[in-house]
Amino acid sequence: MTSTDLNIILPEILLALGAMAGLMAGVYGGKDRSAGLICWGIAGLMAALAAFIGLTGFGDNVAFGGMFHDDGFARFAKVAILLSAAGVLVMGQDYMARRGLLRFEYPVLVALSVVGMMVMVSAGDLMALYMGLELQSLALYVVSALRRDSVKSTEAGLKYFVLGALSSGLLLYGASLVYGFAGTTVFSGILAAAGDGQAPIGLLIGLVFVIAGMAFKVSAVPFHMWTPDVYEGSPTPVTAFFATAPKIAAMALFARVMHGAFGGVTSDWSQVIALISLLSMFLGAIAAIGQMNIKRLMAYSSIAHMGYALMGLAAGTQFGVQAMLIYMAIYVAMNVGTFAFILSMEQDGTPVSDIRSLNLYAKAEPGRALALLVLLFSLAGVPPFLGFFGKLYVLRAAYEAGLVWLAVAGVIASVIGAYYYLRLVYLMWFGAEGSSVDTNRAPVLWVFLMGSAAVMVFGVINLFGIEGAAAAAAATLVP
Amino acid sequence: MATIILFAPLLGALIAGFGWRIIGEAAAQWLTTGLLFLAALLSWIIFLGGDFPEGPITLMRWIESGSLSIDWAIRLDRLTAIMLVVVTTVSALVHLYSMGYMAHDHNWGHHDHYKARFFAYLSFFTFTMLMLVTADNLVQMFFGWEGVGVASYLLIGFYYRKNSANAAAMKAFIVNRVGDFGFALGIFALFYLTDSVNFDVIFAAAPELAQTQITFLWGEWNAANLIAVLLFIGAMGKSAQLFLHTWLPDAMEGPTPVSALIHAATMVTAGVFLICRMSPLMEFAPEALAFVTFLGAATAFVAATIGLVQNDIKRVIAYSTMSQLGYMFVAAGVGVYSVAMFHLFTHAFFKAMLFLGAGSVIHAMHHEQDMRNYGGLRKKLPMTFAAMLIGTLAITGVGIPLTHIGFAGFLSKDAVIESAWAGTAGGFAFWMLVVAAAFTAFYSWRLMFLTFWGAPRGDHHTHDHAHESPLVMLAPLGVLALGSIAAGMIWFGSFFGDHDQVNSYFGLPVAHAEAAETHGTAATHGAEAAKGADATHGAEAAKPEGAAPGWTTGAIYMHPDNHVMDDAHHAPTWVKLSPFVAMALGFLTAYWFYILNPAMPAWLASVQRPLYLFLLNKWYFDEIYDLLFVQSAKAIGRFLWSKGDGAVIDGSINGVALGLVPMLTRAAGRAQSGYIFTYAAAMVAGIVILVTWMSMTGGVQ
Repeated sequence: MTSTDLNIILPEILLALGAMAGLMAGVYGGKDRSAGLICWGIAGLMAALAAFIGLTGFGDNVAFGGMFHDDGFARFAKVAILLSAAGVLVMGQDYMARRGLLRFEYPVLVALSVVGMMVMVSAGDLMALYMGLELQSLALYVVSALRRDSVKSTEAGLKYFVLGALSSGLLLYGASLVYGFAGTTVFSGILAAAGDGQAPIGLLIGLVFVIAGMAFKVSAVPFHMWTPDVYEGSPTPVTAFFATAPKIAAMALFARVMHGAFGGVTSDWSQVIALISLLSMFLGAIAAIGQMNIKRLMAYSSIAHMGYALMGLAAGTQFGVQAMLIYMAIYVAMNVGTFAFILSMEQDGTPVSDIRSLNLYAKAEPGRALALLVLLFSLAGVPPFLGFFGKLYVLRAAYEAGLVWLAVAGVIASVIGAYYYLRLVYLMWFGAEGSSVDTNRAPVLWVFLMGSAAVMVFGVINLFGIEGAAAAAAATLVP
Repeated sequence: MATIILFAPLLGALIAGFGWRIIGEAAAQWLTTGLLFLAALLSWIIFLGGDFPEGPITLMRWIESGSLSIDWAIRLDRLTAIMLVVVTTVSALVHLYSMGYMAHDHNWGHHDHYKARFFAYLSFFTFTMLMLVTADNLVQMFFGWEGVGVASYLLIGFYYRKNSANAAAMKAFIVNRVGDFGFALGIFALFYLTDSVNFDVIFAAAPELAQTQITFLWGEWNAANLIAVLLFIGAMGKSAQLFLHTWLPDAMEGPTPVSALIHAATMVTAGVFLICRMSPLMEFAPEALAFVTFLGAATAFVAATIGLVQNDIKRVIAYSTMSQLGYMFVAAGVGVYSVAMFHLFTHAFFKAMLFLGAGSVIHAMHHEQDMRNYGGLRKKLPMTFAAMLIGTLAITGVGIPLTHIGFAGFLSKDAVIESAWAGTAGGFAFWMLVVAAAFTAFYSWRLMFLTFWGAPRGDHHTHDHAHESPLVMLAPLGVLALGSIAAGMIWFGSFFGDHDQVNSYFGLPVAHAEAAETHGTAATHGAEAAKGADATHGAEAAKPEGAAPGWTTGAIYMHPDNHVMDDAHHAPTWVKLSPFVAMALGFLTAYWFYILNPAMPAWLASVQRPLYLFLLNKWYFDEIYDLLFVQSAKAIGRFLWSKGDGAVIDGSINGVALGLVPMLTRAAGRAQSGYIFTYAAAMVAGIVILVTWMSMTGGVQ
């Protein structure tokens, strides 16, 4: 029995071992000099695990008495998490090295946080959920404060830590309420206790607290306040990491808890999620307009995007989960490319994040400007780029679930949001004369920027098949 | 052969329109004219040969969409042949005439190249008109219908530097849209009910349609009647019938040859052609036919009254055209389609000639169009005078009463009036037409007297330099004069002779002819007998309608119960004499007013001033329409523009974009204070709100 269980969590074990091996290598090896190597090694391990999970994973395997699920949904999320984390590690390595930030702890912490994420998306029990969540969060608190000599970075780490603790408290309080009313922490047991549309009110209040805890992780309004400050204060590669893998993990966890444990009371939580989705879309769109710092701008952008992803979840249907997964996959692909560009923004060797430094960038670097244009249009949801189809899926899910008002509001919010994406395009092509940003010509960044832009353009042909994969994944979660 | 007729004008239009820079303007003129004469020659061969192919001549598969499949095919029968002859002959002559008329147009400078464009438009018009008349289905016909509309628009607005010409062109186009809308609805209804737009299928389904009810707008209607009325609305627009007629007088802004070709002989008769073509359907829509009759008679009367007092030579003829079109619709409305076509046929000759003659006068008088400035031109323009005289004799209907000898208009118009008498039992339409005949004689002779008799009025210089037109302009007049004199006498039997003759001419089935024959022998001559025959056939008509045989073959169709033509033949003598008497009265009045006592018109106008102004202002149709449609549409437009678009839409979008969103952005920025307790407070507030909400709405209540 134990060997079967261990077999099921083999990828997590391997990654954890990899992280420890990296730690050993760092401590007893070349310290920070070997950090680059560790980065590449961990990234390679992640990519290999992604391939392993994606290619060999099969069926619905349950380990440790229902605490851990290895099913299609988890595998979809894990592949996305591992690939994006590997990509961000590779992307940021050069940047970190040049700033003297590339400590060997960085890849190790990232790997451990990814292990936490993998546990989260596989969680079948409130205990496993919390364990994964905290493993992830603790690692993230540290990496956000990685630049120890910077006030902003340490402030970001501290803020993130305190608020994260608050959210963990909310989550735990909710979990205890749920346990009190359901008498169990296993999702299948909660599902049985919550019944079919007739849950006791205490259970629902517990549910609201759990939602609040997870909404903090996906940075949905009103639990989003940490996001802009942390995004701005953290080193840019860490910001890129925040914007990608943890978002997928938190969103997948969200879907798993909602459907796995509370699938019987869809109508109760659907309205709550619809509300925070609505608020996120509008706040993300409106607040981003005032931002001059591209990292803060991307923070609000990610808040808005989480609002759209939550729209798919709010639908409460299998198609809604499918739409959410597709949206997240597209979102991550777009963000990796955009952050690859942000990482390359520098002036006299130091990084810049003011959007006004993009003035007339298209004259200096037409190719990169064009790629960024594609990505920005895609983020704004302009057809024919891939971002449009992501929005189309979630809008359709909301519409088909009867949430027409939410779909309409989503369209309006996307109109408002288009403004700040298009302003970047405007600056690049028609901005005022002035000192323009230089470009870090690291080939890795170029590959990620161009690759991401190409995906946005050519993905419209068949979405690279993720539509079918997402549908299969959603089918395992929502019967 | 039919294919050559159809495509020769198109070829000419394309080469002249796009290639004149290569081949030169003169060559473009000669080419288009030559091709038209070729088409006209072939048309006459088909017309006189008289043997038509059984089925349609399919050119290509045009549209294939679901159950809608449309061939591009030529339907060649008697009706088509008549129209082919009319269109190509008049068009060829107008092409020839235009070479003289357009040679030195005062609207253009020496360096303007306008001639090739003009000829290309003319040929393009001819092509679309031929498309219309050779159509094998309604969609193809609609294509031609819109094509002639476009050509008409281009030609009315040919002098595009004149504002009035542009306005007239737009007016023609827009007023026609109203009619076209009805036509299109009719086509849709037919396709909806019969699943086809092909004539053969529609005609065969006509008896069924007469039994069908269809919901439209606010009520249930008989399908046949509804469709017939909708199609007639299309015809009203194109043929300038009352209420949709206002564009025709304004269309005289176009060059005079255009008026002759499009707004007299061909395009405006398309409506009559449509009604005759749809006769197998029309015969099953008695109420619609009554409406056609009524409106045709009213148009004939109203147009004739307006024509009495107009001073612009072309406008007089334009109202005359409108009036004559009313005659044709009356004939079609009472069910004698052959007579409608007969009048269409003869009218094409004499009306085209009148217009070309007027053009010749205008040309000679340096583009002066006001008849009050003419006078005494008989000596200056002898050939034109002769032609106009023949045209006037033809349109007023001069002939020897009670015989078949007379000018073309005499035979066809009398046939129309007799049919109207028979078809309405001596009712409204008949009297309207007789009165209109008197008015026709009056205004036609008024035109002649003002132009060619009396002392020269107006500018002496112009009068001194008045000269006869060149041969290219006179030759067409001569040809048309021949037609105006003889066309009626030659083809009277074919169009309005006894049943056998008409049936064989239009290729109607023999059975029908035999039925009519028994009727013809059974009925003794005279009005009483005709009425008796009506009664017996009324009894026959009492048999169930479902058994009524529909159309099987032939160019037109007349219901077995339709005996109007026979009754018209047996009309009493006073009826047959009435148009002649009316014509004579009209002529004598005109003679009295403009030759014996030229002070009379002014005196009458001052005595009957309100009536005079009413007629001079064309029954105030333009003013009423301006008030009802133009001003109200503009008012709605202004309201929607300034209030709807400006205040509501722009206002709200600008308000949101420039006011609300930046305000919210600032608020969001302030909320993001940077203090951790603010952030925690927001989270706590959020959870409080969510918990409160959930405990009020969710769970077991």
